[in-house]
This record gives sequence, structure tokens and C-alpha cells, in this order.
Amino acid sequence: MTTLLEVSGVSVSFDGFRAINNLSLTIGEPELRAVIGPNGAGKTTFMDIVTGKTRPDAGHVLWGEHSTSLVGKSESAIARLGIGRKFQRPTVFEAQTVRENLALALRNRRGPFDVLFSRKTGQGIARVEEIAVEIGLGDSLPRVAGELSHGQKQWLEIGMLLAQDPRLLLVDEPAAGMTPAERAHTTALLKRAAETRAVIVVEHDMEFVRRLDCRVTVLHEGSVLAEGSLDHVTQNQDVIDVYLGR
Amino acid sequence: MRRSFLAANPSVLWFLLALALVTLGVTVMAEAGMISTSFVKTLGKTLCLCLVAVAMDVVWGYCGILSLGHFAFFGIGGYAVGMWLMYARTEEIVAASLAAQALPPTVGEIRDAIGTQIFGVVGASDFPLIWAFADRHWLQFPMIVLLPGLLALVFGWLAFRSRVTGVYLSILTQAMTLALSLYLFQNDSGLRGNNGLSGLQNIPGLGGVGQDRISIWFFWGSAAALAAGYVFFAWIVSGKMGSVIRAIRDDEARVRFLGYHVESFKLFVFTVTAMVAGVAGALYYPQAGIINPAEIAPIASIYLAVWVAIGGRGRLYGAVIGAAFVSLLSSWFTGGGAPSVPLGVYTIHWTDWWLVLLGLSFVAVTLFFPKGIGGIFDLVAPRPVPDRQGDYGPDDGAWRREEGEP
Repeated sequence: MTTLLEVSGVSVSFDGFRAINNLSLTIGEPELRAVIGPNGAGKTTFMDIVTGKTRPDAGHVLWGEHSTSLVGKSESAIARLGIGRKFQRPTVFEAQTVRENLALALRNRRGPFDVLFSRKTGQGIARVEEIAVEIGLGDSLPRVAGELSHGQKQWLEIGMLLAQDPRLLLVDEPAAGMTPAERAHTTALLKRAAETRAVIVVEHDMEFVRRLDCRVTVLHEGSVLAEGSLDHVTQNQDVIDVYLGR
Repeated sequence: MRRSFLAANPSVLWFLLALALVTLGVTVMAEAGMISTSFVKTLGKTLCLCLVAVAMDVVWGYCGILSLGHFAFFGIGGYAVGMWLMYARTEEIVAASLAAQALPPTVGEIRDAIGTQIFGVVGASDFPLIWAFADRHWLQFPMIVLLPGLLALVFGWLAFRSRVTGVYLSILTQAMTLALSLYLFQNDSGLRGNNGLSGLQNIPGLGGVGQDRISIWFFWGSAAALAAGYVFFAWIVSGKMGSVIRAIRDDEARVRFLGYHVESFKLFVFTVTAMVAGVAGALYYPQAGIINPAEIAPIASIYLAVWVAIGGRGRLYGAVIGAAFVSLLSSWFTGGGAPSVPLGVYTIHWTDWWLVLLGLSFVAVTLFFPKGIGGIFDLVAPRPVPDRQGDYGPDDGAWRREEGEP
């Protein structure tokens, strides 16, 4: 397992409020990691920093074999390096078909002229159909995404991430609003994805995290409180005080 | 590839067919003397307005950028072609009058005389630097697309790079138009201040050809430009590019996280539409005969948005229908074609009340027919509208729930 993402000494504050305070975290490839913590612990801000939405006031975010700095890069440049993000609410392009949504995410050149002169390749079409089958939308390719149910939109978004084929996948509360059967399916899919890439899951639901069966990082007030197996962190007195005790 | 494009976009073929029929009909009627030369010009100008409306639809209806500045690019195209027309036409006149002298005039004398003729109205006689290419059409004609393109590129780069979106971007584009218009109103702007450029209907080298001929040629030219522009934009908004720019309209943050550099795509759309707007303007003003800074005033760009909204944004033929319908209706009402309505105590003169009527119909369309006139075609080929709660995305320009599937 080699280091894929290294966050060291990162701090960021909004209007004087320290959302992230000297945070350090290392993710390997492949690895499945769960990030937990009470509300306001800085979980979403951490994702925003990695994906380039928020620029840290201090610290380093280093990526890949060559330790490329991600600080100051645009969201799109970071995404092209191989970082995919799934939002809490399903965000798909509802005015477009399932096929168009998947084709948009498909790993291809992203410049305006590359896109303008792009042609549909047999390989691309096949890949879109393959993913559609995998996420259970094989029959829905020509349907407009806005018609899909909430659960189907979640799946479509996961399908878009698969099409994007990122090296690091950031997933924000994937189980929110899902039925137990859908949760089990999601757990399996995330574990399978983590066999070949790094996956960071931000989650509130302890039961879901337990099923992921992976290393857990507990955030509190913008920094790492504890790290290790779920059993290890749940026995940590600090963790019990700030999070589990509530 | 070509066949699959037309097969995938049947509306393009229908549009081209309709445009060909209109062109043929107008030509036949003009040859038979059934419609006047001035009406042929009105129709030709309308086709140019349709072209700029299609460009506006791409930038607003598809990409979600409510630009209130695209008429500035239209005007710049008009000024660019007007400079050559005015120079070359004045050169013909000056050369003819100086030819009567005992000594043949030198090149410098002719140029000075042209300068005096053109800039006399603003109390000058020297050619400003911006007229440097005006004497050679092969240098001046590229300016029709290069100048609007360059302005759009620089302006768009500054605006999009700072992530200005929604209503703030609209205000910024409007400020750009206003600034340009105010600058051109100055006498020392080098473009004859509020006099503008005139006599543009006289095409150099075609002195012996009557306006009835020239008007029909320009009508054909405008129809060809509209057809080409329509196919060009239909190609851009179909396929992957269309998918990306509609995605930007609905949720640009999400597009960024997919790895697309949203600003480059917006800049591409903004610049390309500006260039086409320039072409439309260059065909419009020789038919209008005159261009002055009032043409670039912000109200013109707002009209453009109104046409697209009334026609139905997000469908190219909607923009054409909206522009043609509203601008023809407008010239009917303001040209005294509509009979006044006597109400006893007050008589409604449509020349005064047309703008009120237009404003009310704009509000009515936005409230009750969000799909615009183009939505009528959905009755012919019904498209299922999903039963949904909210709009199609979080952005200001996002497709609204009532607009349905694009």
C-alpha cells in the first residue's frame, strides 16, 4: 500500500471560526477509510479542501507518487488528477438522460475543443451500458434522470463516479435516506471499489461504519482525535466523551 | 457522421425546409411586385435578428448565461462592415468629383477629401487609428468576427474567471453594453458620435444596381447566414458539447467536480455566439442603412432576451420564432399598421402603447407559458413531462420545472 493522499498541518478558518485546525491525515492506495465525527467536526470542510473548493490557510495537501500539491489547483484540475466526489444529496443532471449523465462522467479528454470534436466510440457506448447494468439502470438509459426515484438517482451518481474511474473516491454520507437492502448493496459496492482504489467515506451511522469494517478516523473540532479500528476508537476515552457519549 | 447528426436532430431539417419556403415565397412575391422593397428589407433584417436570437438562445437557454450584452456584439459587427461601406462609397463619390480637376488627384488628396466628407459632421477630417483597415475590405471584413470575438474573449475571461454568475453577470454585461454605447456617443470616439455611420444601403461598386435588386440579394444572404448559423449551433448544442453546456446551466459546481473546466466552456460559448452576433449585425445594418450608438443601448439586448423568452428558450427554433414574431409585430404596431382603438375618453395609439403590450405579454409568457411559442410544437409531438418537485438544478439559469424536458 503506497501513500496516495497526504494532508499535513492543514488549517482553515471562516470569519474567525477554525473549521479545520492543524489536521493531518494519510490515505493509501488501495484503502477504505471511514471518517466520523460530531456535527461541525470539519468532515465536509476536509472534503472541500481536498477537492479544491476551499483553499486552506496553512498546511500541505500532497497527491500521488510525485507528491503534487493540490493547494491552489482548481476543482476541475483536481478532478482530472483522479479525485471523485459524491455529495450527500444525489446530484445528477436531471434535465438529461441517464445515458448522457454517464457519458458526461466517462473518462475522456475534458477540454472544450476535445469535447466539441469528440465522437462516440463503441468502447465508450459499451462502457456506459456496462455501468448502467451494474447500477441496475440497464433499461433506463434513454430516461430523463429527473424521472428517477431518489434511490435510483443515488445509484446513477455512483455510476457516474464509476465512469469517472477515480483513484480516490470521497463519499459523503452514502447511506442517508436508503433502505436496509440498499445500504447493504452500497456497502458491498464501496468495499469492492476500495479493492483497487482509495475510498474515504464520511458517515454518521455507526452501524454502517461497522459493516464497512475498515480503519476509522475520528474528527473533532477540526483535527484528528483518534485513528484505528472501530473497536479501538470506540474504546478511546476522548472519543467516548465528545462523540459516543452524546 | 453528418447523416446521423441530421437524423438525430429532425427539427434542423424542418427548419431549413421552412426557411427555404419563406425565402422562395418572398423572392417570388418581390419579383412580382407584390411586396415593396422596404418590406423585403424589413424581412431581411428580421432574418438577421433571428440569427442573433439563435446565438442568444445558445448562450442563455443552453448555457444559462443571461447575457444582456449580445446586441453590443451585433452592433460592433455592424460598425465593422459600415466603416468599409462608408469609406469605399465616399471614395467613389470623391474620386468622381476630383476627376473633373485639371490635375489628377494624388492618393493623399483623395484620402483627405474622404476624411473631410466622413468626419465633417463631427468637426474633424483626420482618420482615427481604428479606421486603419477601412479602405481594404479584405482587411476590414475579418473584423466583423474578430472584434466581437476579442471583446467577448477578454470580457468573458475576466468575468468567468472571477466566478461571477447569475444576475451579477447580467448586470456586468449590461454595463459593458452601456459603456460601449456611451463611448460611441462621443464625437471624438472616431465613429462619428451620435451621427453614426450612414448611407450603408449604397453598396460600393453596385451604383448601377437598384435597391430592389440589392434588397433581395441581402435577403438571400441573410437567409443563408441564418441557415448556416442554425446548423452550426444545432451541431454545437447536440452531442457531448450540448450535454456539457446544459449541465453547466443546471449545476456548474457538479460539472467542475467531474473535471470539466467550466470557465473555458462558458468562454467558448460566449465568444462563439458573440462572433455570430457580429455576422448578423454586419448583414443587418446595410439593410437598415444607418447605425448609430443608440442601437447598442442596453434596451436592445434586453429585447433580445425577451424574444428568446417569448419564443421559448432552450430550443433553437423557438428563438427564431420569437425574434421573427415579436420584431415583425413590433414594426407593425410602431409603424402605424395597427388601427388605433378609440375608447371615448381616450384613444389608444399603438405607437405609444406597444411597449406596454410587449411588457405585459412578456410577463404573461413567463408566468403562464414558460415554454414560449416554441412549446406549441410539443403539442404536435408530445414529450412526457416528469412529475417533479423543483427546478432541474441549483443555479440561477437552471432549467425551471415548468420548462420541462429540453
